[in-house]
Amino acid sequence: MKLHLFYPTKQQKTIKNMKLLVCISHVPDTTSKINFTEGDTKFDTNGVQYVINPHDEYCLTRALWFKEKQGASITVITVGTQLVEPTLRKALAIGADDAIRVDAEPKEAFFVAQQIADVAKKEGYNLILTGRESIDYNGGMVPGFLAASLNYNFVNACIGVEIEGQNVTATREIDGGSEVLATTLPIVLAGQKGIVEEKDLRIPNMRGIMMARQKPLKVVPAIEVILNSTTVGFEKLPLKSACKLVSPDNIDELINLLHTEAKVI
Amino acid sequence: MSVLVFAETSEGQYKKVAFEATSYGAKVAELLQTNLVALSINAKDASQLSTYGATKILNVKNEKLTSFNAKAFAEVVSQVAKSEAATVVIIDSSSNGLYLAPLVAFKLQAALASNVVGIPSTTNPFVVKRKAFSNKAFCLTALSTSVKVIGLAKNAFGIFENTVETTLADFNPALSDADFGVSSKQIIKTSGKVSIADADIVVSAGRGLKGPENWGMIEELAQVLGAATACSKPVSDLDWRDHAEHVGQTGKQVAANLYIAIGISGAIQHLAGINSSKVKVVINTDPEAPFFKAADYGIVGDAFEVVPKLVEKLKIFKQNNA
Ligand SMILES: Cc1cc2nc3c(=O)[nH]c(=O)nc-3n(C[C@H](O)[C@H](O)[C@H](O)COP(=O)(O)OP(=O)(O)OC[C@H]3O[C@@H](n4cnc5c(N)ncnc54)[C@H](O)[C@@H]3O)c2cc1C
Repeated sequence: MKLHLFYPTKQQKTIKNMKLLVCISHVPDTTSKINFTEGDTKFDTNGVQYVINPHDEYCLTRALWFKEKQGASITVITVGTQLVEPTLRKALAIGADDAIRVDAEPKEAFFVAQQIADVAKKEGYNLILTGRESIDYNGGMVPGFLAASLNYNFVNACIGVEIEGQNVTATREIDGGSEVLATTLPIVLAGQKGIVEEKDLRIPNMRGIMMARQKPLKVVPAIEVILNSTTVGFEKLPLKSACKLVSPDNIDELINLLHTEAKVI
Repeated sequence: MSVLVFAETSEGQYKKVAFEATSYGAKVAELLQTNLVALSINAKDASQLSTYGATKILNVKNEKLTSFNAKAFAEVVSQVAKSEAATVVIIDSSSNGLYLAPLVAFKLQAALASNVVGIPSTTNPFVVKRKAFSNKAFCLTALSTSVKVIGLAKNAFGIFENTVETTLADFNPALSDADFGVSSKQIIKTSGKVSIADADIVVSAGRGLKGPENWGMIEELAQVLGAATACSKPVSDLDWRDHAEHVGQTGKQVAANLYIAIGISGAIQHLAGINSSKVKVVINTDPEAPFFKAADYGIVGDAFEVVPKLVEKLKIFKQNNA
C-alpha cells in the first residue's frame, strides 16, 4: 500500500487549500460483551478491546482518497484521555498526517462537539468528516451539533461525496432510497458505509505503523462547557425466553404461532 | 408551557412515525400536565393529528419546504417551539428526524436524547431511557437544560388513538437564504419496494443462500407478507444485494414487529442491528447457529426447502384471512 500517493490534477489548483478534519471515536470492539459495574452506573471496561469507530473508519478512508486524488491535509481528532492514543496512532498509521487529542473524558455529545468546534474554529478546516454515530452510545448527535456550532453546511448519513472547488455534491441515505444534495464548503459530513466500500478500507502496514510514531500528536486542554446531560445509569436487556422450535415439516404451526401467539401476521 | 411534536409528512401525507410521535407526545404532555402542540409542514390534512391527542395543530404551508431541508426545517421547528413556549420537543427517528434533531436542539440550546424508548421515568430530574451500545443495553440519561429534545426510537412506543378537541392554525415561519445552504437535487427511490424503515415485517437473508441468484424466494416471501427485504453485511459486501439492505451494527437498524432471518448465523454485529425488533424468526440448517439464542421461533432446516413451503402456506393463510 502506498501511503503518500499524490496525483497533481487540474482540480488540485482550485482546492489546494482542502484542510480535512476527521473525528475519531474510540469505541468498544463490535464483539464486546457489554457489562456494567458499580450498581449499573459505570460501563465495565474489563476485557474490552477498543477500535476506531467503524463509521469513522469509512470517513477516514474517504479522506485519504481526497488527499491522494485531489490534494489535502488530514488531521484526526479525538476527545478523550490518554487511553485513546493508540486509536489515534492507528488512524495515523492508516494515513492521517497529524492528530489532536482534546484532553478530557468525552462525557456527552454536546461537550464533545464544543471541544471539536473550538479546535476547528482555530484551525479553519473546510471539510470535517465524522461517523454518522459512534457504536457505543449511538447518539448521532455530535455531527449536527458540530455543524451548528461552526455554522457550516451539514449532511447526515452521507454515502457519497464529490468536491470540485467550493462545490460539494453529497448523497445521503434516506428511508427507501437516497437523496443527492448540492452545497458548498465548509461542511460537516456524517458518513457511513457507502462513502467508501468495505473493500476500500486499509489495514495499516509496518511502514505506516513506523511512520505513525513520528507523526505529530498534539494534546490540547479542554474548554469549559456546561454539561447538558448526564448518564445516570444503565440497564441490560431483559432476559429472553427460549426459542420455540418448529419442525420443518410443520410450517402451518409456525404460521399459527405467528398469527395467534405473536400476533404479527 | 407546552410539549411540541414534529409530525413528519411525506408528499403531504403523515408518516406512521408521525402518529407514533404524536401518541408519545400526548403521554408526555399528560405527565407534565400541559398541552400537546403538533407541527407539520405541508400536511394535506393536518386535522388527522387530533386522533392521537394533539390539542393544537400548526401547519406550515410553504412551497420552499416541499422537500425536506434539515436546516430550514430546524429553523421552523425552533420558531414554533419558542412561540409555543415548548419545554419538550419530540422528533421521530426517520432518516429526516435523525438529521433534524441535533440542529433543533442546538437552536433551542436544549439537551438532546436520541433513541429514546419510553416516557420519562421521572420529570424532575428529567430522565429518559435510551438504546445504547448498538441495542446491547439501555442507558438512563438525565437532561438538565430547561428545554429538552427527545429523539423517539422507531416502533418503541406504539400508536394510540386518543381523540381530543383541536384547534388548527397555519404557521408562517420567517426563513432566510442562509437556511437553504444545502439543496436537494434528486431523490432516488428504491422503486416498488417497502423500505426497511417503514416496514412492519422484514425478511432478511444471509450468506447461507449461497448466491444472489437465489433471492427470488426471499423476494416472494417478502411480497406475500408485505415485507421489506434485508441482508447481512457480507451479502452486501459481496454485492449480492444492494448496500441499502445491509442491516446490523454498521448498517441499518431494524425495529420491526417481525424479523425473519434466513441463512444468517446471528453474529453479534448482526443481532445488534435487529435486536429491537419485537418478534424474531430464524431458519437455519445449523442448530448451533447463535441466532437461535436470539430468536423467538426457529426452524432447523434448509432454506431451499423451507422457504418455498412457507411461501405456499402463507399464500393460503393470506387468502383465508383476507
Ligand atoms: C466491525 C464489524 C462490523 C460488522 N457489522 C455487521 C453488520 O452490521 N451486519 C452484519 O450482518 N454483519 C456484520 N458484521 C459481520 C458479522 O460478524 C458476520 O460475519 C456476518 O453477520 C455473517 O453473515 P451471515 O450470517 O450472512 O453469514 P455466515 O456467518 O456465513 O452464516 C451463514 C449461515 O447460513 C446458514 N446456512 C447455510 N446454508 C443454509 C441453508 N441452505 N439453509 C439455511 N441456512 C443455511 C449457516 O448455518 C450459517 O449459520 C460485522 C463484522 C465486523 C468485524
